[in-house]
Amino acid sequence: MSDLMKVSSNPHIRAKATTGSIMASVLAALLPASAFGVYNFGFHALLLIVITVASAVCTEYLFEKGMKKPITITDFSAAVTGLLLALNLPPNAPWWIGLIGGVFAILVVKMIFGGLGQNFMNPALGARCFLLISFTSIMTNFDCDAYTGATPLAALKSGESVNIMNMILGKTSGTIGETSMIAIVLGACILIMLDIIDLRIPGTYIVTFVIFITLFGGHGFDKAFISAHLAGGGLMLGAFFMATDYVTRPITVKGQYVFGAFLGIMTGIFRLFGPGAEGVSYAIIIGNLLVPLIEKYTLPTAFGRKGGKKA
Amino acid sequence: MNKAGERLLNGIVKENPTFVLMLGMCPTLAVTTSAINGLGMGLSTMVVLALSNAFIAMLRNIIPDKVRIPAFIVVIASFVTVVQMLLQAYVPSIYAALGIYIPLIVVNCIILGRAEAYASKNPIIPSLFDGIGMGLGFSVALTIIGAVRELIGAGECFGVRIMPESYVPCSIFILAPGAFFVLSVLVAIQNKVKIAGEKKGKDMSKIGSGCTADCLHCMESGCADRTAPAAEKEGE
Repeated sequence: MSDLMKVSSNPHIRAKATTGSIMASVLAALLPASAFGVYNFGFHALLLIVITVASAVCTEYLFEKGMKKPITITDFSAAVTGLLLALNLPPNAPWWIGLIGGVFAILVVKMIFGGLGQNFMNPALGARCFLLISFTSIMTNFDCDAYTGATPLAALKSGESVNIMNMILGKTSGTIGETSMIAIVLGACILIMLDIIDLRIPGTYIVTFVIFITLFGGHGFDKAFISAHLAGGGLMLGAFFMATDYVTRPITVKGQYVFGAFLGIMTGIFRLFGPGAEGVSYAIIIGNLLVPLIEKYTLPTAFGRKGGKKA
Repeated sequence: MNKAGERLLNGIVKENPTFVLMLGMCPTLAVTTSAINGLGMGLSTMVVLALSNAFIAMLRNIIPDKVRIPAFIVVIASFVTVVQMLLQAYVPSIYAALGIYIPLIVVNCIILGRAEAYASKNPIIPSLFDGIGMGLGFSVALTIIGAVRELIGAGECFGVRIMPESYVPCSIFILAPGAFFVLSVLVAIQNKVKIAGEKKGKDMSKIGSGCTADCLHCMESGCADRTAPAAEKEGE
């Protein structure tokens, strides 16, 4: 009997993509940024990345083993979380920062709430904020062998000038994976071409952020100021790799635009009016918390229902 | 005095107000930044709880039913004011650390809950010991939470350095989120112990939920679910 004759319930059309294949692509897309981080900051950065990823994967394995649940480490989602967290650590952080961060991300933010698909905020960012609040002095010290002094954004905030070319290339101080705009955008292009992410959230995020900076930054439409803000800090990494996390973004199309715009405004507020120079992590986490609300109000009307009336 | 001992045990273990009944969460989360603060808050609450329980039990036949809540509040507020002034006079450091949470003992739901559920229906001596038991349970819980938070968040316990010099304090634990982390983990451990006990066949019915199956005749806690079994019976 030919396949066409078989009767089965939906879904009738299946994509070949699995969680594992998608996560593997994300890992591949993060390779340029990771490789540049290691090249830029040296061996210790590599060590941190390995420890953080191992910590995240081991935590997931041990939790599932202990709770007698199916082992899901082969879908690479824990590895992606670990890598994203590592890219958000300062290059000279002690090794146990990566260890604690990996455990917190997987155990507290992800597994306690039911594992992949159930976590209400991005595990990597949750762990990053946990570390940032717990070990503030370590997490905000970006001095290392290669660079000393303030990050470009901190310099910008205190009114100093920055070298934008170096920021785009990534030859500045910062966390392991955030410095090189080129490497991050290269990875993002891979994901967009593979149809894993689309530009709705990152696009709205960046455009809203630029508008906000132009209006309230005090420099007007100053190309140097704006491009420094775009290339500096975690904006690119956050917009393309964190805000687009399948689990913690809105599923409705309209909701994704709202989400992106919200992130842009929040990041702008944190960067311009907050006490620190950075704001992407907190903006995305707050955005994650609002996702259920955003989805509720942007639910599309089902076909056949009269516009505006909800069941 | 057997009844008194039973009330003490009930307050500390079986119906521990923090870990089992989940009452008084506001001071639990807010003041347990160190072990000494937790202990101070717990003992202050215990004094108020014991005295107000005894006093309300004494007045239980005089207070008209319709205005019992305002009457309870007046009694409780008087004792809180006394405790507040004593703290201010003799332990100003704890008074300063606990701040607004001392006057807020007035609206602590453990105290009003015990007044309503126990003291207003029972004689003076059991009510007094019920208050002491509940207060001790609250103190023990707050001290444990405070000690864990202080140990992880500052490397100390009751102000004494315990962790080695190289230990980097994880300061989120003495901030607000740490209270939630520690409380949830302690409650989870408590539930785990309870479930493990049930599997071994012990009667753990009163540990954990603080509730017997028979809600109608339950005089134990501030459980609001009294009408439910009746409704079920009608359904049958």
